Amino acid sequence: MRKFLTLLGRECSSAFHQPLAYVVLFFFLVVTGFNFHAGISLLNGSAGTTTMVEAFFNTVYFWFPFILLFPLITMRIFAEEVKLGTIETLMTAPVRDASIVMSKYFGALFFYFILWAPSLLYFLVFQTVTEVSAGGAAGSYLGAYAMLILLGMFYTSLGCLASALTDNQIVAAVISFAAILCMFFVGMLSLLLPATSPLLREVIYYFSPIEHMMDFSRGIFDSRPVVLYVSGTLVVLFATYHVFQSRRWRA
Amino acid sequence: MQAVKGIDFEVTKGEIVGFLGPNGAGKSTTMKMLAGFIPPTSGRAEVAGYDVARDSLRAREHIGYLPENVPLYPDMRVCEFLRYRAALKGVPGRRMKERVGDVLELCGLRDVERQIIGRLSKGYRQRVGFADAMVHEPDLLILDEPTIGLDPNQIRLVRDLIRNLKRHHTILLSTHILPEVEMLCSRVIIINKGRIEAMDTPHNLRTRLGANGHITLDARVGDVRLAVQALKALAEITHVSTKADGEWTIFSIRSAPGSDPREAIYQHAVQQRWPVRELTRRAVTLEQVFIEVTHPEEA
Repeated sequence: MRKFLTLLGRECSSAFHQPLAYVVLFFFLVVTGFNFHAGISLLNGSAGTTTMVEAFFNTVYFWFPFILLFPLITMRIFAEEVKLGTIETLMTAPVRDASIVMSKYFGALFFYFILWAPSLLYFLVFQTVTEVSAGGAAGSYLGAYAMLILLGMFYTSLGCLASALTDNQIVAAVISFAAILCMFFVGMLSLLLPATSPLLREVIYYFSPIEHMMDFSRGIFDSRPVVLYVSGTLVVLFATYHVFQSRRWRA
Repeated sequence: MQAVKGIDFEVTKGEIVGFLGPNGAGKSTTMKMLAGFIPPTSGRAEVAGYDVARDSLRAREHIGYLPENVPLYPDMRVCEFLRYRAALKGVPGRRMKERVGDVLELCGLRDVERQIIGRLSKGYRQRVGFADAMVHEPDLLILDEPTIGLDPNQIRLVRDLIRNLKRHHTILLSTHILPEVEMLCSRVIIINKGRIEAMDTPHNLRTRLGANGHITLDARVGDVRLAVQALKALAEITHVSTKADGEWTIFSIRSAPGSDPREAIYQHAVQQRWPVRELTRRAVTLEQVFIEVTHPEEA
């Protein structure tokens, strides 16, 4: 456990030792800030029941940077070690391969959480300035951020797998981007197949992150997406572990 | 693809063993297997009593491995990096300060301990790599070409360092710099095309494989042909060739492996009343041994 924490500490701090982290942080703040602004404008012009939290987490301004984020966070995590050659000293240190993979994963997840932390401030500011609740009820916040964490867990694991598969950062980024995009657009198939059976719609709905976010940001908790994303994450991490270990045989 | 095959050797405590071979001979592969980076497809290796494949974690605790390219994290400070590596290798917290301090001292890194590794020169990086390899006091140090790419001064420093390490660690190092092996190693393993070709002390290798001693005799003799015949008649001399140098003759004499017929030659020259200008035996270098072993056709 101590070794895992040592590895994790290194992963969390090394992300901030490179300029890419600050570029991502900066542009992410710009985009989410713009998204928040767009949300307020939308609410100003309409008299519906939409809350600020709903408006924030269900726009194209949210989803677009959200999907782009994961390849950027995860592309370097294994490829960097290979490029530096430190993979060799890392894998010959007396630490389990599973510890290495998990530290890489949680390191990337930590950076993802850091990225989202400032967004909490937006709602706080909104509430103090307008004296209107941004979420309607507490469940709305909890739901939205729970979904943010669930999606983050799953998509980060996909990025980890992509990074373990190749020694090239760009290739890793492209693979994880494609994989995440596939997962994301499966849910949109229902728009392309409007007249299909209700069963198919039901199945597609089960996979749609847009629908999940819509429900959760309204404060509607559904255990099915939780099972989907947690089990998906575990499967992908298991695959990542084995891909990483296979490096020993390929070297 | 098979990189090494049927390699069998043992290194005992306190030894410095040199792994010698041309590029692509399988030196690095063998070292990677010992360090637990690549598992062997068959066969086994034990370090400090632990099998490197089956009990890999335990074995790795007893190994300090320095790969050829000296991989380091350029974004970390020297002391930060060493503390990180020490923690990873299981140095307990209460001994951390002492161990990191010791290796900083031993590797001459005190004056750069606060610097960022990415800004260090090649020589300093090499020493940081050394410090990393031995920070957890491993029984066995595996050093893959530790002096490659260094300037002569740095090479000398690294060699001194290795010599100092001998007291506490067993060392397995690979190189293709032959004088280095002669200077440092108590035993040499010559490996070629994935097989062990020779394994002995540098001295024994020279006498055993360096084979025929080369002796030069420069004397003024009456009849060269008769002199050659007389010399060939002496015990242990296998081959004699001559070269004229005015009224002097230079004899190139080859003798049986491990023999030294210089005294017999001297006695013969005195007996024949040959004035002698030179009588020397050319020491066989490890370089010749190496060439002989790895490229027999060129020897």
